[in-house]
Amino acid sequence: MRYLPLTEADRSDMLAVIGAPSVDSLFRDVPESVRLAGPVDLPAHQGELEVECALTAMAAENVPAGSVPFFLGAGAYRHHVPASVDHLIQRGEFLTSYTPYQPEVSQGTLQYLFEFQSQVALITGMDVANASMYDGATSCAEAALMARRVTKRPNVVLSGGLHPHYGETTETLLKFLDSKIDAMPADIDGTEDIVSRIGADTACVIVQYPDLFGRVRDLQPVADACHDAGALLVVAMTEIVALGALRSPGEMGADIVAAEGRSLGNPLNFGGPYVGLFACSDRHVRQMPGRLAGETVDVDGKRGWVLTLSTREQHIRREKATSNICTNSGLCALAFTIHMSLLGEDGFRRLAALNHVKAVQLADRFAAAGIEVLNQTFFNEMTVRLSGPAAPEVDRLAAEGVLAGVPVSRLLPNDDRARDLLLVAVTETATEDDMDRLVAALTETV
Amino acid sequence: MDGKMTETGTYTGNRGLRIEEPLIFEQDAPGRSGVDLPDPPPVQNRLGGLDRTGVIGLPGLSEPQVVRHYTRLSQKNYAIDSGFYPLGSCTMKHNPRLNEKLARLPGFADLHPLQPEATVQGALRLIDTLAHWIKTLTGMPAVAMSPAAGAHGELCGLMTSRAALEARGDARKRVLVPDSAHGTNPATAAICGYAVEAIPLNAHGRVDLAALKSALDGDVAAFMLTNPNTCGLFEDEILEQAQAVHDAGAFFYCDGANFNAIMGRVLPGDLGIDCMHLNLHKTFSTPHGGGGPGSGPVVLSDALASYAPLPWVVHGENGFRLVEHKGDAAAPAVPYGRMKAFHGQMGMFVRALAYMMSHGSDGLRQASSDAVLNANYLLARLSDVLSAAYDGPCMHEVLFDDHFLKGTDVTTLDFAKAMIDEGFHPMTMYFPLVVHGALLMEPTETESRESLDQFVDALRHLAARAKSGDAEAFHAAPIHAPRRRLDETAAARHPVLRWRPEKILNEAAE
Amino acid sequence: MSDLKYSEEHEWILLEGDVVTVGISDFAQQQLGDVVFVELPTVGRRVEQFGDAAVVESVKAASEVFAPVSGQIVEVNEALERDPELVNRSPTGDGWFMKIRLGDPEELEGLMDEAEYADFVASQG
Repeated sequence: MRYLPLTEADRSDMLAVIGAPSVDSLFRDVPESVRLAGPVDLPAHQGELEVECALTAMAAENVPAGSVPFFLGAGAYRHHVPASVDHLIQRGEFLTSYTPYQPEVSQGTLQYLFEFQSQVALITGMDVANASMYDGATSCAEAALMARRVTKRPNVVLSGGLHPHYGETTETLLKFLDSKIDAMPADIDGTEDIVSRIGADTACVIVQYPDLFGRVRDLQPVADACHDAGALLVVAMTEIVALGALRSPGEMGADIVAAEGRSLGNPLNFGGPYVGLFACSDRHVRQMPGRLAGETVDVDGKRGWVLTLSTREQHIRREKATSNICTNSGLCALAFTIHMSLLGEDGFRRLAALNHVKAVQLADRFAAAGIEVLNQTFFNEMTVRLSGPAAPEVDRLAAEGVLAGVPVSRLLPNDDRARDLLLVAVTETATEDDMDRLVAALTETV
Repeated sequence: MDGKMTETGTYTGNRGLRIEEPLIFEQDAPGRSGVDLPDPPPVQNRLGGLDRTGVIGLPGLSEPQVVRHYTRLSQKNYAIDSGFYPLGSCTMKHNPRLNEKLARLPGFADLHPLQPEATVQGALRLIDTLAHWIKTLTGMPAVAMSPAAGAHGELCGLMTSRAALEARGDARKRVLVPDSAHGTNPATAAICGYAVEAIPLNAHGRVDLAALKSALDGDVAAFMLTNPNTCGLFEDEILEQAQAVHDAGAFFYCDGANFNAIMGRVLPGDLGIDCMHLNLHKTFSTPHGGGGPGSGPVVLSDALASYAPLPWVVHGENGFRLVEHKGDAAAPAVPYGRMKAFHGQMGMFVRALAYMMSHGSDGLRQASSDAVLNANYLLARLSDVLSAAYDGPCMHEVLFDDHFLKGTDVTTLDFAKAMIDEGFHPMTMYFPLVVHGALLMEPTETESRESLDQFVDALRHLAARAKSGDAEAFHAAPIHAPRRRLDETAAARHPVLRWRPEKILNEAAE
Repeated sequence: MSDLKYSEEHEWILLEGDVVTVGISDFAQQQLGDVVFVELPTVGRRVEQFGDAAVVESVKAASEVFAPVSGQIVEVNEALERDPELVNRSPTGDGWFMKIRLGDPEELEGLMDEAEYADFVASQG
């Protein structure tokens, strides 16, 4: 068996050194009634070729996003990842290393985490960022927990423009704590008055930027209203490429930014693994969940990095920890960092501009074809109203080889207003031809 | 002696292949980039007047520079691919590259989670197949696939338990954990609104059954146990523990971090477990990636299965379907909520299934046998020079304490740092907290006997040196690593958590 | 400093009028190692005897500091924010944590004097 180095000779020699008659005898603490006599009822071992054939067949049943005109967003956006990224993250010293608990032999990991933290702080306009969370939704939920600790207040207000998965994840994490969640109805018209929902018991307000429907709005008035009331503003983001074109949440008064970073460096992966970004103000840093890499020097005076402020974390504070989180999203964070390093200031801004330009071109085409776009503003995603239910149309178009977008009813199945709405995202990967095919397909529908 | 004794003696400060590499921010040239993107044509933008003005501050590097930068960083890391990594309870086994190849097939990697179900049947099939393997290996009827990591799975298990108790109208107030528990256990309990009470261990390193029984009452929601436990021992009274927990109307949660010891030999379902998380990134070889990503599916008993979180995969008339909403969940399912966006760590599912299929049922059983054999071999060859915390046999990991260092002025930490100079990553230190100066070693089944012998010989040598009074050498270690001991106090007192451009101006002014 | 009383939680208490000053003992700071951060209560807060009052953090550990008496926090040592090392350098002097206005003087009974505390520490082993 190719992953097992021990030979039969090794095994018997080692048993002799141990002084045990058999490997079974080493399991003598296992109650006899529960010892399995032989292997469980699953297939026996296979070589690489057979495993490859089996899984390749499963993969072949699927329609990869890149093989057809593709316009899905709704929390996950398809971007081109430069070839170098995947090569670098597969270096064994990155792929097969562990959490950097022995910093002397983990400076590679610690330095890139420091670079990652710096990049995230820069693009979000915040003071400090952690070394990543599982994904944007759990990041958002952790932000709510943190806001409760900082303000010592129990309740949370969720904007109707927040991705339903983010809202549900937040509600779930707070479910057994003494917390009232005010989840506003879906903000389809873009007219919600969230400020009026802030009360003396509000720990934070959570808004999304751009929102679920793709809209962009100035968050400064919401931030001001929160601060006047002693609450925090949490800004959730599902598409961080937007930060290459838009004013940052930090510049608008956000206290915490909880974002999905997967757009850079990482493929769509059918939902995971993703990489959550978490950034906040300096004054709250000790309440921040997750790992942190910090700069220091060694005994020779040379600059290096270590995990720091660990006393917040589960392995020390235990029940008083800021979170129970243990893993970060390591390799996905590295992929983000490398992609961002390749982009640089110019590349990041240019990438964002390209996304927005394509979106504007698509919106103009929709307008010319008489297809209603609800948005006044957008970055790279917009909401389109069809003449009938969007979900069956999307299925029909998929069978014809166009992945047209995400029907809002997939995320909001109980909201009648959502039935005819379609979320359409367009990135730098969409071609003119793709856009033509999409418009033609939807024109038939309308 | 101070730091001067290790001057490199080179002009650059480099030492052969060991390069001193600055931050990317220190290699910036404005206008430079590592990508070629076309000029965006001018359009009337629709950003609502919220255009970004001002500089972000990201550095500009070309592709060769970026590749060189991260290559050099990688060379400063220890990894499984480089050497023995005996971290207790982490299961640092070999990460097969077949897994990486298959996870990258466009038919898996290039799928959007919200694509129409007809276009992702193979992906849903994979999740369903993996779920079947997991249920069969654990002897449990149900599994929640979405948790993103072990601690997340733990949270899922405890939330499911509380949801079930609330459905009975009896949420209860406390969770019991052993003294030796991992820190995530009490942290998780607190998020579920439970107070935590610790149960002491007996002289044999197992949970004290009498103490457990006397703590169990109508206020206890759950008992959280790691089995094999964090001392590397099988909880031999686990059947009695399960009985006592159920008699009290509570649920039995098992932390499955150490499943590598018993996979294919024992079914957790036969032990009376109600819920158990697995770490795909430990037992099932998905890579640790410098700290993540992981994946923590949770197996559930019949009593808990109905409360599992969204989403899950079902067989429908027209193939596989995803249940993503409460309203879509067929009775008796009453999901307590959702753990994260989308479906779970699909990339890790592909890798874990490839690994399971490669080993097969026979290979997985052989793997756990070899893991336990290797750990007992370490115990046998080291117990005369190190101080084992408990009598053997152990399971897949072995626990020592620092008794053997008494009177030497060498601590567990010093001993570990000396191991670094010998070319090994140290074992887990100072965990579990129940013994003094703990050293917890888990070799895994992917270490050869030669590798173990080399490790043992080096440790025997170090132990002898420590006992012979060479404390100074241990205090100075490591001297050969890319960095020597780092000042963690300064890092925590005056945290520097990011690059700040003002730093350059300040340094220039000094 | 023979006016100091000590609790079993390794805290010292100095009574002046109806206000007690509280800090941690030299033994405690040695056990903790380098102190990196102190989380102090807000002035005006009511504390209960044996309840949480402050947290003292070193690199590897975080310890609760309990209120040795019930009362109201009237002052905290803001110097510790900039200079947590004070706790290590001068635990019974400049490294004080907080001052509490005492409600019930009887709560001070049962505290140890310096000699009794020294015996207590020695017996801990």
